Amino acid sequence: MTGVTLNSVIKKYGETQVIHGVDLEIEDGEFCVFVGPSGCGKSTLLRMVAGLEETTGGQIHIGARDVTKLDPSERGVAMVFQTYALYPHMTVKENMGFGLKMNGHPKNVIDEKVAEASRILKLDEYLDRKPAALSGGQRQRVSIGRAIVRGPEVFLFDEPLSNLDAELRVDMRVEISRLHREIGATMIYVTHDQVEAMTLADKIVVLRKGVIEQVGAPMELYRDPNNKFVGGFIGSPSMNFVGGTIKNGGVDVPGLGRTVAKSVAAAHESKAVHVGLRPEHLSLDPAGDTFRVDLTESLGGVSYAYLQAPTGERIVVEERGDDRVSEGDSVGLNFETERVYLFDAETEMRIR
Amino acid sequence: MDGIAGNKAPVVWALNISVVALVLLWLFPTLGLFVSSFRTGDQITASGWWSAMFPAEQTIQLRAADPDENRVETESGVFVVEANIFGEEAFEGELTAWATSSRNLSAFAPGDTADLGDGETLTLNADGTYIWQGNDDQISGRGQRIFIDATTPPDFTLDNYGFVLFDENNSEGMAKAFFNTLTVVIPATIIPILIAAFAAYALAWMDFPGRALLIAAVVGLLVVPLQLALIPLLSFHNSIGIGKGYLGVWLAHTGFGLPLAIYLLRNYMVGLPRDIIENAKVDGATDFQIFTKIILPLSFPALASFAIFQFLWTWNDLLVALVFLIDASGQTTVMTKQIVELLGTRGGDWEILATSAFVSIAVPLIVFFAMQKYLVRGLLAGSVK
Repeated sequence: MTGVTLNSVIKKYGETQVIHGVDLEIEDGEFCVFVGPSGCGKSTLLRMVAGLEETTGGQIHIGARDVTKLDPSERGVAMVFQTYALYPHMTVKENMGFGLKMNGHPKNVIDEKVAEASRILKLDEYLDRKPAALSGGQRQRVSIGRAIVRGPEVFLFDEPLSNLDAELRVDMRVEISRLHREIGATMIYVTHDQVEAMTLADKIVVLRKGVIEQVGAPMELYRDPNNKFVGGFIGSPSMNFVGGTIKNGGVDVPGLGRTVAKSVAAAHESKAVHVGLRPEHLSLDPAGDTFRVDLTESLGGVSYAYLQAPTGERIVVEERGDDRVSEGDSVGLNFETERVYLFDAETEMRIR
Repeated sequence: MDGIAGNKAPVVWALNISVVALVLLWLFPTLGLFVSSFRTGDQITASGWWSAMFPAEQTIQLRAADPDENRVETESGVFVVEANIFGEEAFEGELTAWATSSRNLSAFAPGDTADLGDGETLTLNADGTYIWQGNDDQISGRGQRIFIDATTPPDFTLDNYGFVLFDENNSEGMAKAFFNTLTVVIPATIIPILIAAFAAYALAWMDFPGRALLIAAVVGLLVVPLQLALIPLLSFHNSIGIGKGYLGVWLAHTGFGLPLAIYLLRNYMVGLPRDIIENAKVDGATDFQIFTKIILPLSFPALASFAIFQFLWTWNDLLVALVFLIDASGQTTVMTKQIVELLGTRGGDWEILATSAFVSIAVPLIVFFAMQKYLVRGLLAGSVK
């Protein structure tokens, strides 16, 4: 069992607290992704698991061992850095073998493991090159290879794809996914790119300001966000929010020009709410004239229409098919009521 | 803004011009010293070093062979002197013109016959052979004066170096001083680098209380003039029994070099990517292994550049050597001291001074040109994007 367990983990820099008691259970072999906006503490949390940052309070367990106070090298983790962190004066082979060499493994074992890792990552022909002679993608593969070679219980990835260009990022994403299937080790992956999070993760942890907002499978977070932040963070383009008030068991939404019937509303009479609607759940009604089309963005398969509501609120609608609106048109909106999310305007928690 | 097309700032020109000026300022004396060290004392007094590299035109005053001993009576009353004006030695220059009177130089071309009046003639050929012909009276007394315009090729000699470096009878030679200087300089360069590299790593990458204060102290020591410490340090050396000698001067140079060394190396090491060091920690390397396997190889440019600084400064040092090393026996004289002595005893012998000076700057020149590529910090390319 080499899951990772965090028990009310706290991190303070002097007086400033950046991680506010995180509890998290990561199963053996799970691919867990930390997402959140910059400065939310996701990298700090990862570095605490790695042992590169001291843990101010709480416990970290890897498997059954309490590793809270252990050195990075004693934790059985391997880390892949955003900047690759290759040793520039060593060849690819020496880079990958460095960890084993430091731990006193014999040369033939090192060679064997390096050969195995380079086979998995298709690095065979580059083994004698220095990092300077490699492309960005190859460098990141080497740095992943360096992690594999050590055969760690837990892989830690700190935004490993952020330095790559868009095309390479997609390739490497697929590669990491394949690697996880092949090796089956527990992996923790930090990113601010929610596409990476959605595609790679078994479990997504959404963080904000050092607090876990929600933990769950990707589709679970998408379909059933716990609060306005998670609703807005997961999904691209992000969820539309328009203000509303609960009246007579329905939700009066001036921005949509109508009252939405929601059964859960009854218990929260006259409460101010945010009404959340995903762009892909909205469709345009050419016959209507409530909304003016401000701007359209065509990506080919889909278009995004930016609508201005009578109240001035903005609503993004995803359009597919051949008949698409153009700027300046007046349109109406259709949606299914069960696709509407309600969030408390004050606490931002989901009303369900 | 530089790098923008068509907008070259005047400051760039100023920079280029001053670089050229500095290079010339440095190059000319060095070259002059170098050239002078291959010339004889007479040559140095006669002409500047810049003319030594080209053929020199000069007028030489010579005299024909003594007529009373060398003349031959070819027919009755006609005496002839036939000889070579340059004597036995071969002349390497080129004879361009000649004359018999200083009032009318370059009057004749080689091969011409000069009429000296009353049937006396002189013919001088380009190879220096001449025929001087006249009657009994004319071909007697002193030899005829001949003024020769000659072009002499550049003439260099290795004798100065032989004298300064290899002449065992020369008590003022540089050979011993050269090896004494090496004995001072090599340990005085290596010891501070060894100590400073460890200190710099600790100050850059290891967390311990008081680190910031230590760094501040090192920076503070940078501005302490070493003259301040000379006398106390010497009396300290005497009291603990080191006295004057190599050990003392090594320690002194180490101490005086350390603040700069630590400061330079720490600043370099702190700029190495943090991720690399953290990754090595995750990989299980100890601090010592990180230092030897990662930091030292990556810091090579900084180590080399400090080594060059320290080497040059200790090589050219006179003060510290005088205080801590050179004693009355004279067995430990270094080159700077030797040159000071030479200035006193051989002040007029420029060829000796120039040669000695060039011997003492030769090694710094070699070191600088051999190591200069390490001053360029290019080793990090490729480690991070």
